Amino acid sequence: MKKLFKLSTTTTAPDPAHWVATHADYLYTYALARLDDEDLCRDLVQETFLAALEKLGEFRGESSERTWLTAILRYKVIDVYRKKNSAWLVSLEARDPEPEYFEPDNGHWKEAWAPRPMSIDHTDPTLRKELASILEKCLQRLPALWQAIFSMKHMDEMKTEAICEELKVTPSNYWVILHRAKVNLRACVEKMWS
Amino acid sequence: MIERMGVIKKIQYDCRHATYLIEKRQQTSLTLKERIQLFIHLLGCSVCRLFLRQSRVIGHALQHLFKRSAERVHTLDEGVKREMQEKINERLKN
Repeated sequence: MKKLFKLSTTTTAPDPAHWVATHADYLYTYALARLDDEDLCRDLVQETFLAALEKLGEFRGESSERTWLTAILRYKVIDVYRKKNSAWLVSLEARDPEPEYFEPDNGHWKEAWAPRPMSIDHTDPTLRKELASILEKCLQRLPALWQAIFSMKHMDEMKTEAICEELKVTPSNYWVILHRAKVNLRACVEKMWS
Repeated sequence: MIERMGVIKKIQYDCRHATYLIEKRQQTSLTLKERIQLFIHLLGCSVCRLFLRQSRVIGHALQHLFKRSAERVHTLDEGVKREMQEKINERLKN
């Protein structure tokens, strides 16, 4: 085995002796962008390396070492999403934690939640900055599943079908979640916008 | 005729459904029925027209925000890294 690893510096074979120096920060950054939890992300990076060691034989050199490691980490991140997702579904069944924005019988905006004009604007750089920092705060209050969907949609640019498949939600649930998330975010922005 | 009036009234009142369609339309195409429903609703509902504009701005900002946070580089503590590599080396020996 040892010989193989010595060879690996000159071939495309994986080189675990340099994994941390070469890839740890990259993988950590990848995880942290998707899961806002430093301890958890550090653990996931470590687990990724150890899982990769077990699978050294599966590395074909078709992709780069980094791509291969990222794929393993990605699977672990999705696994966290799924676990949070099922916890979220349970809590949803128990009691919907979100305020009800619409009248239950006819779907009309409730007076308190009906959108009011505000001067948000994405073309003005100053306002854009302010909006971004408010959105960041609002996002942190969203359920993990919603954050997972947003990050898959915007960071990984995944298609709807693929997101539903990975997170095990039905497409109709997906639209309902996105709708709720947006109504919720908009209300939060309005509240914090000065 | 009365029944049809009822259907239209329902569409005009249902801001929940209209905002749902607004969000769905930003991602995918609506069916003909949905497009008609949304059109009728937005004609008479200035609050949902406002929602539509604000939702678009927030959508753009969200996209921007996630792109930027994906580009932000984080680094692990050197001590943590040393431990990580040690764990790997240990497994390599076995």
